[in-house]
Parts: sequence; C-alpha cells; structure tokens
Amino acid sequence: MTDKKIDDTTGVETTGHTWDGIEELNNPLPRWWLWTFYATIIWGVGYTIAYPAWPMISGATSGLLGFSTRAEVASDIAAHEAENADLVVALNEADLAVLAPGDDLHRYASARGASVFRAQCSQCHGSGAAGAVGYPNLLDDDWLWGGDITAIEATIRHGIRNETDPDARWSQMPAYDGIFETAEIDAVVEYVVSLSDPEHDAALAAEGSILFADNCAACHGENAEGNTDMGAPNLGDAIWLYGRDRDTLEYTVRNARFGVMPAWGQRLSDEDVRAVAVYVHSLGGGE
Amino acid sequence: MSSTPKLYAAREPIFPRRVSGRFRRFKWAILVVTLGIYYLTPWIRWDRGPSLPDQAVLVDMAGRRFYFFWIEIWPHEFYFVAGLLIMAGLGLFLFTSALGRVWCGYTCPQTVWTDLFILVERWIEGDRNARVRLHRANWDVRKVRLRLTKWFVWLMIAVATGGAWVFYFTDAPTLLVDLVQFQAHPAAYITIAILTATTFVFGGFMREQVCIYMCPWPRIQAAMMDPDTITVAYREWRGEPRGKGNVRKRDRLAAEKAEREVRAAGPGGARYPATPYPNAALQVGGTPKITAAEQEHGDCIDCMACVNVCPMGIDIRDGQQMECITCALCIDACDEVMDKIGKPRGLIDYLALSDEPAERAGNPPKKIWRHVLRPRTILYTALWGAIGLGLVYALFIRSDIELTVSPVRNPTYVVQSDGAIRNIYDVRLRNKSGEDREFHLSLTSDETLRIDLEGGGRDLTVDVPANSTVLQRVYVTARSEDPAATIDSTDLRFWVEDITTGDRASLATNFNGRVQ
Repeated sequence: MTDKKIDDTTGVETTGHTWDGIEELNNPLPRWWLWTFYATIIWGVGYTIAYPAWPMISGATSGLLGFSTRAEVASDIAAHEAENADLVVALNEADLAVLAPGDDLHRYASARGASVFRAQCSQCHGSGAAGAVGYPNLLDDDWLWGGDITAIEATIRHGIRNETDPDARWSQMPAYDGIFETAEIDAVVEYVVSLSDPEHDAALAAEGSILFADNCAACHGENAEGNTDMGAPNLGDAIWLYGRDRDTLEYTVRNARFGVMPAWGQRLSDEDVRAVAVYVHSLGGGE
Repeated sequence: MSSTPKLYAAREPIFPRRVSGRFRRFKWAILVVTLGIYYLTPWIRWDRGPSLPDQAVLVDMAGRRFYFFWIEIWPHEFYFVAGLLIMAGLGLFLFTSALGRVWCGYTCPQTVWTDLFILVERWIEGDRNARVRLHRANWDVRKVRLRLTKWFVWLMIAVATGGAWVFYFTDAPTLLVDLVQFQAHPAAYITIAILTATTFVFGGFMREQVCIYMCPWPRIQAAMMDPDTITVAYREWRGEPRGKGNVRKRDRLAAEKAEREVRAAGPGGARYPATPYPNAALQVGGTPKITAAEQEHGDCIDCMACVNVCPMGIDIRDGQQMECITCALCIDACDEVMDKIGKPRGLIDYLALSDEPAERAGNPPKKIWRHVLRPRTILYTALWGAIGLGLVYALFIRSDIELTVSPVRNPTYVVQSDGAIRNIYDVRLRNKSGEDREFHLSLTSDETLRIDLEGGGRDLTVDVPANSTVLQRVYVTARSEDPAATIDSTDLRFWVEDITTGDRASLATNFNGRVQ
C-alpha cells in the first residue's frame, strides 16, 4: 500500500508494472467473476463426490453415480448387440453360399468379420490379410483347403492340424530326410522348380519326376496341381507359402511343413465365425 | 484519505432511458429482421423430392448433410463453410475499419437480445426514472409482482430462443410435436435448457458485462480502427465547456465564495485553498477562466441525455472507450436536445477522429467516402469479393457425380496363382443427384491393365442410390507377361460415367508392379 501510483487519465491506481512505457491499471475484478470462481469450486467438489475421483490405497472412490467408463463401454456394446440382434439371427441362419455382395446382411457380416479379423487373425495373416512366410496370403486366388465360402468357414471353425478339434483340417507331409538320398532330394527339387521356371536342369528334373510320381503325386497330384482335400499346395503356380528358391524347397522336402491354425469355433461365437468367413471370402480371392 | 483498493467491484446497475430517433428506428428494424430470420427460418419448407428433407435450412448431423435452399453441402465440401467463415471474418474487418463497431452496436446477438429484454423491462416496469425508483424501493407486493412478470416474459423469450436453435438440426414440425409431448431426444432438451439459461442471464442480468469482460472483440477491434474510421464521437470542441444555466450560476457563486475566502484569509491564507472549478478534472489544460468560460459556453448543456440512454452506462463525452458499442443511441438523444434548444444537430455524431483539427479550426470535414475508401478497406473488400467469387464459382462447377480413389497399400500388390499382379483400390462413388444412377467404371493407361469389380459387377456398372455414396472395391490386374506386372509404378486413370446423363469424372492413381 506504499507509494501508490495513480494513472492520470483514468484516475485508477496502477500495479506499478510497466511494459514499453505502458502501465498496468489495477482495476477491480467484477464480483460476478468471483462467483463463477466459487461455482467452479462447488462444481469440482460435487464432481469428485458424484464421479470416481479420490485415489485410495487400492483403487479409487467410486462416486455416488456409480459411473465407470468400462461399464459404459459394456452398455454401449450391449446396446449395439441388441440393435443388431435381427442381423445376427439372420447371419446364423443364412446360406452363406448365396449371400451376395451389396446385401445388407453381407455388408453387416463383412464389417463384423473385418473387426474380428483385426483382433484375432491379423497377428499371423497381417492386418491387410497379405500373410507372411508360412502364413497364407488371403487376398490371392490360391487356397490350400479350398476357397469357396463353405470351405473357408469350415477351415476357420475347426482349424488346421489341431488335435483339440476332431473335424480340424489334417494332413502331414513326410519328412524325406533319411528316406531320400541327397541326390534324390536335389532331383525332386529340380523337378518342382521346372514346373514354373524355364531355367532348370532338364535331365535332373526328368529324374525327379519319376521320384515325384512315386512318392509325392498321391497328395500333390500327378501334375503337381495340388489337392485341397489334403491341403496339398499346387506346386506349379506362382504362389509359394514358404518360398520357391532351391534351398527352401530342399528344406521343405527334407523336414516337411506343419502349419497350424486354432479352431476358432471353440473361441468365437457362431456368428463371428461366419462373419470372418464372409470377410475373408470377400477379400478378392474367394471362389 | 488512503483507502485500500477493492479487489472486486459489484456491477453498477444501468437504467437506459427510452429514446427515439433515426438510429433507434434503424435498430428496431434490424431487431425485427434479425430475430425474424432466426426464429422463422427453420419453418420455411423447400421441396427436394420424396427422399430428401423438405426443410429449407437444415443441418442434418446424422445424415451428414447441410441443406440451404437449393444448395446441398456434403461433408467433403466443408471448404464452403470454411470459405464463408473467412468471408465473415474479412467482412467484420472491413466494417470495423470503415465504420467502427457497427457489428457490436447493431447486429451482435448480445446487443439485439439485450435490446429486446430492455424493451420488455420498460413495458413492465416503466422508463428509466420508474425503474430507478423500483430498484431502490423495498420488496413489497408490487415490486415482487413486476419483477416476476418481467422475469417470466424474459424466460419465455429465452425458451423460444433456445427452442429455435434446435429446429435447425432436425425437421422442425416433427421436433416441435415431440418436444411438447416430451418425446424428443434428451440432447434437444439439454440444448434448449443451456441456451435458455444463457439468453436469460446474458440478456437480463449481465448485459454490458458480457461485452466488457467476456467478449474478446472489444480488444481486437482496436487493432482494426484508425483515425479515419467513422465512429460515434462527441464534438468536444463544439460542446465544451459544458454547463446548464443553473450549473453555471452555481459555479459562479462557488467561485466567488472561494475568492472571498482567499481574500478573507489575507496574504498568508494558505489555510483556505481556493475551491477548484467543479469540472476541472475533466478539462485538459487546467481550470478555465470562469468569467470568459461563462460567456462562451459550448453547445453541451450537460443534460446527461447521452449518458441516460446509454446501454453500456458510459459517458461518450469522455472520448473513445472500450466499453462503447457504438449503438448510436446517444446521437439520437443528443439530437433531440439540440433540436429543443435550437442548436444544430450532430454534437454527438458519426465522425472520423482525423477530422478533429479541421473542425476545430472551423473548416468542413472530409467527405465520408474519402474516409471510407482507403487502402485497407479496398484491400478487405477485394479479398472478400475474391473469396466470394471463388465460392460461387466452386458452387457452379460442382458435378453431380464424383469419385475418390484410395489405393490399398497393405499389401501394395497381390500375386495370383498364374503369376498375374493385382492391385486393389477402394473407389468411393458419390451420386449427388436426387435420382438413383448407374455408374460405369473404366480405366485408361499406357499399359495393358484389366479392371474388375468386387462382387462380379455386371458390365462394370455400379448402382448408386440417390443422394448417397457407395464404396466399391476395384481390382486391377496385369497378366504376368504384361509390362505393368514388372514395372515399379504405372500411371492409370479411373473414369466413372453416369450412364443416364453421360456425365464423366476421373481421377489419376498408379499401379504397382512386382518387386524384382
């Protein structure tokens, strides 16, 4: 309160603070402004009583309203489920084979399938379903166990090489290490290469073709065109799950491959399995 | 007397007196027009056919459309709204630099509703003097009755204001029925409640406090005004020194008394300092000479009419002030008085401060258009007009059909079993016409590429319902022997053609070949 400075023009006391020769007036605040300040305090206290707020030794006060974001999400999901109950029933009863793109049910199923896919399938198959080495690309037109929607649904529901489900897709390639001599393995590999690559050793491949006919054609087919009943891949096309270079092929022949997938029927609801099937079928390669 | 300054100040109540005149009439007209537009617009009907809403102005949040008579804005055309906001901003700059705070004084909702609330107040409680008396009176039956009546009418206006707002967001007649039957969505009631509360409190009780303490505009506007800006001002050189007849007499008597006291005190009379001239504090340049000033009084008779009518509770004669919203009611009040005492109008007037030296010297001021037309206002007008023309142009070249293409890049390409390379595109087709349309999709490229639609898509056509968007997945394939299969990136262009009208639209993108 000492050396009070009064501004000449307004007659108002100044704070004594000066910026570039401009002094700050010390006008009183409007009283209603003070009320709004008190109102925020009251609101703040009320809020901490009504809503979860104060940290305790374990957890926090739950608030009189019993609100929690988790419960809100649960009720939102329940409301969503209730809203789509008819579509879920329809999806469970639908013949997936005749479900056409553009139908409301197809749109619902592929949207639902897409979200299930991202949560459950993308870890192996990739978020874009492009797969990885050992995990099939679901966008192309090559299917180990069949690419029509019924086959896709069965594969998803029962899994692959999965002992917990009696209906799982099952097959096992023998490991030829010890059955074939190294030279024989080289010959079979050269034959497989010859199917899709003009640059090969024709004589060695001819040798391999005999071994192939005797040992491999039972599953992979006489012309190596594969067999979806056995999950035996087509060896003449451009798509290779593990790779087509000679070293990889040799490894595959020697040790065999044993790709597995869980039986999703055990983990997901019926409608989710069907939705994922619709989604995967619609990715571009479905037959 | 050293008093500790108060930290908080209570609001000084203001009782604006009724005034009549050209600006008051103009303001009434603006009030009727602006409130009329606000309250009635949602009820205007506009036929858009059976599948679209028939409300002329509608912000359809759920459907993501904005309807304005014959114009329909889709979310991706939000630049129209941005453009209009920029125009509103530049328009405000233009008007403020040319004519001062005309926005505040005439069209700001705070001003318009406060005006309406003061009108109600006057009808119920009487004019200024009656209201001052009522304010000071004890709380008896009459005061309670008048106050309750006033607050009730204010509340009804406030409810109507909040109510009108929600009608812009959904079909007005349906919503009104729902509101009355308590069937409407809680969001509607909450919105009405909030806007009712703000209207009631801001228009009834806070009034000038909103302008002075809550609104940033009074501060910003100082940067847009200059001495050539036409604004409400007091011709101090004409009005001063001010004084009424009786005030003058009292002044003279007081001065004579002081002089007597000084004389009585003798040569050492410092104990009795001369009483200063009452208005000395308002005068720059010290105490005027009493005798000369008394003969040469200015036109201002200090009747306080300009102060009594001011809704902001200020005295325009103190000069330019942040609180002044330039509502010009003081001009009307002063002109009325000038007419009565036979002096020319315009003691308080719209004028440019740069004219002061000329007017002080008795010369005529510059023409108004020479104040208004100056580089900054011309620049603002040019910018404003350019954006406006741009928007109008954009509005007219809008096509009924549009497409956007987002190439799927996860993965960048897919190898098919026969070695062909496939790229996937999500093509969004918009049909902005009011009828269902059949769109034909095709592509052009220097290289051989094949186009297919997901789901087969007979003859590469897609049905797009009226006024809606369809997301179509498109596959583009290069056979293994085609160059595009092995070229890193091939340019291509998607075309969409409306089979009915032949309208076309296209968009360029690229095709990724196999990584070698």
